[in-house]
This record gives sequence, structure tokens and C-alpha cells, in this order.
Amino acid sequence: MATVEEASRVDPVHQFAINPIVSLGDIGGVDLAFTNSSLFMLLVVGLISAFLILATQGRGLVPGRMQSLAEMSYEFVAGMLRESAGTEGMRFFPMVFSLFMFVLFANLLGLIPYFFTVTSHIIVTFSLALFVILTVVVYGFYRNGAHFLHLFVPQGVPGYLLPLVVLIEVISFLSRPISLSVRLFANMLAGHITLKVFAGFVVSLSAFGVLGVGGAVLPFLMAVALTALEFLVAFLQAYVFAILTCMYLNDALHPSH
Amino acid sequence: MISPAYAQAHGETTETVGAAETHGGGHNFPPFDPATFGSQIFWLIISFGLLYYLMSKVALPRIATILEERNDRIADDLAEAERLKRETDEAIAAYEQALAEARQNAHGIAQEAREAAKAEIDADRSRLEGELDGKLQAAEARIGEIKSRALGDVDAIAKDAAEAIVEVLIGTGVARGEIERAVDAALSERAAR
Repeated sequence: MATVEEASRVDPVHQFAINPIVSLGDIGGVDLAFTNSSLFMLLVVGLISAFLILATQGRGLVPGRMQSLAEMSYEFVAGMLRESAGTEGMRFFPMVFSLFMFVLFANLLGLIPYFFTVTSHIIVTFSLALFVILTVVVYGFYRNGAHFLHLFVPQGVPGYLLPLVVLIEVISFLSRPISLSVRLFANMLAGHITLKVFAGFVVSLSAFGVLGVGGAVLPFLMAVALTALEFLVAFLQAYVFAILTCMYLNDALHPSH
Repeated sequence: MISPAYAQAHGETTETVGAAETHGGGHNFPPFDPATFGSQIFWLIISFGLLYYLMSKVALPRIATILEERNDRIADDLAEAERLKRETDEAIAAYEQALAEARQNAHGIAQEAREAAKAEIDADRSRLEGELDGKLQAAEARIGEIKSRALGDVDAIAKDAAEAIVEVLIGTGVARGEIERAVDAALSERAAR
């Protein structure tokens, strides 16, 4: 058993393992166990809510540090949405804000050692991306009716090119949920694997005595640098996810190119 | 020191093999294990739904209210500052005007005083000049009177002198009437010349 524990420390994929904490059994043939992933999802939600609700408890006219942060995140996302989708887009503000904060907190929380990264699983990011695209499609048709299909027909394209262009537009639209989800998932997965591999080098090398410890300095420095980079990536990917969501929502609001 | 590394390497292989065996092969990479998809989607919906509810019902309206109140407050304060500034400007303008009026009044008063003084001086001078003129005329009149009386006296003295001279020259008196005629004739002849 001890060897398995040791192995789990250097295996870079082990950190993505999903382990049931409370098994709820099969419900309708699907295993809905409460897992470490579920725990961290709820932790993310709890942290965001606690942060925003507690920070704004005082409703200070002059904000304190935490309230300032909460207001900054609000205005950051609001500005992003307003710039990409206009004032009409503000009806989607709670959605974009929730998405941004969820992805950001999940990414950042995953950087803490031994913490599970919710967004490193394709099914999570794909579900979020699908949620965005379905919102775009449903709202696009609800608001614009058949006019929403103009999204696939750019104006000013010669007639003989139109079938090709429409095909490209449709493919590009259909690939949006895939690109949106894979971008985030792959970034988190690759980042965490790289971190774990370099951290693993430190452990493996330092096992070879004094010389090994000396040699372990290099991967150690690399791991430190990568951690800094991962913090940047964590924020950047949340930002990218949110800004793309804003742009897609803009398509639902204004389908004409 | 070497044994843990061996143990790790050894353990890693057994773990991989073990994982592959338990999952029936091919699904030992957790992110692509469909067995966990149902649970993840289920809990994602619950947690994200909860987050969406909390954000849209509690957190975001509250922050929006805070920001709105602050903006209102700032706008109010700016408006108040603007109003106060306007009031200050008005007060300054009123002050300037009052100052200009006061200056003008002062100027007017000085002018009046100067004119009044001048009028008084003029009156005094004309009164004095009148008095002096009167005195001068009275003096001239008296001088004329004295002169004419003196001239009258000269007439009588001339007649007396002529009578005395004639009496001395011819040794006898001459009638007074003749002397008077002769003197009058001489005087009128002299006056005519």
C-alpha cells in the first residue's frame, strides 16, 4: 500500500483522479456519487459567494479592501460584457459573471497543492461551453426568429461563394463549444501535468543523495516559475472564456455581421 | 536513499497496471473516463445553478446598488459643489457691484460737498464784493459831496479874496455884487476853456 501511495505522488495524472466521497448509488443508471470534484465545485461556489456577499456586507460608501475587490470584479466583467455585446448584453450579466468567477476560482483553487482542479476535466468545461452556446442559440432564435440564421450568411459575399462561406460559418459555429471547452481544459490539464512532472523531478532527483539534491534545484526553480505562469494562465483562461462568451452572446443579440 | 526511488518506480508501474486492470483498460486517464461524467455534470448543474442564483439574486444586485448609490452620491456632491460655486460667484458679483455703487456714491457725495463749498464761497465772495461796492460808492459819494462843498467854498473864498485884493489895490471898496459877477464870469470863462 505504501508503494501505491508513493507512486501516486509522482504520477502526473493521479491528481486528476475522481474518487467518490459519498456514493449515492446508481440513479437512473447513472452514478451520481458525491466526489472530490463535486466537493471542489461546491467549495468554489462557496468561496465566491462568501467573498462577494461578505465583502459587500457593509455596503460601504467608501469601500474597504474586500469590497473594493468585489466591486472591481463586478466592473471588470460588466465592462467586458458591455464592450462586446453592448448595453442589451447586460441581461446576461449574471450568467457571464458566474461563468467568469466559477472558472477563475476553480482554476486558482486548483493551484493549491493537493487541491482538485474542477476545470481540468473536459466534461465540466464542455458542459459550461454547451450552456453558453445553447443560451446563444435559444436566445438568438427567441429574439431574432429566423433572422438569427443571418449569422451564417455574411453580407457582401458573391453568390457563387455563398454555399462555401455558409458551410464554413456553420462549421465554425459548431466548433465553438469544442474550442471553448478544449482551450480551458487543455490549458489546465497541461499546466498541472507540467507542474507535477517538474515537481516529480525534484522528488526523484533528491532521492539520489547530495548530488541529486543539487541537481534538483533546476527543476525546483522551474516548478516555481511554472507556478507563477500557471497563476497567469488561470486568470487568462477565465478571462478568455468570459470574453468569448460575451462575443458569442453578441451574435445572439446582433446576428448580422 | 536509493530504495525509495526504486520503490517509486516499481510502485508506479504496479499502480498503472492496477488502474488499467480495475478500469478494464483504456480508461485510466481520469479526464476521459465517461464513468465519472454523469456525476460531474450533475454536481456541476447543482453548484453552478446555486452560484447563478446567489449571484443574480444576492451578490450582483447588492454590488450594483452600492455602485449606484456611490455614483448618485458623487453626482449629488458635484451638483452641490457646482451650486455652492455659483452662489459664491453671485456673492462675489454682488459684492463687486456694491463696491462700485459705494464708490460712485462716495464720488457723488464728494462732488456735492465740493459744489456746496464752492457755492458758499461764491455767495460769501459776492456778498463781500457787494458790501465793498456799497462802501466804495458811499465813500465816492462822500468824496464828491466834500469836493463839491469844497468847490462851493472855493467860490466864496475867491470872491472874498478878490474883494480884499481889489480893496488893497484900489484903496476903496467895490460893491459886493460887482465882484461876485466878475468872479463868476472869470470862473465860467475858465470852466468853458
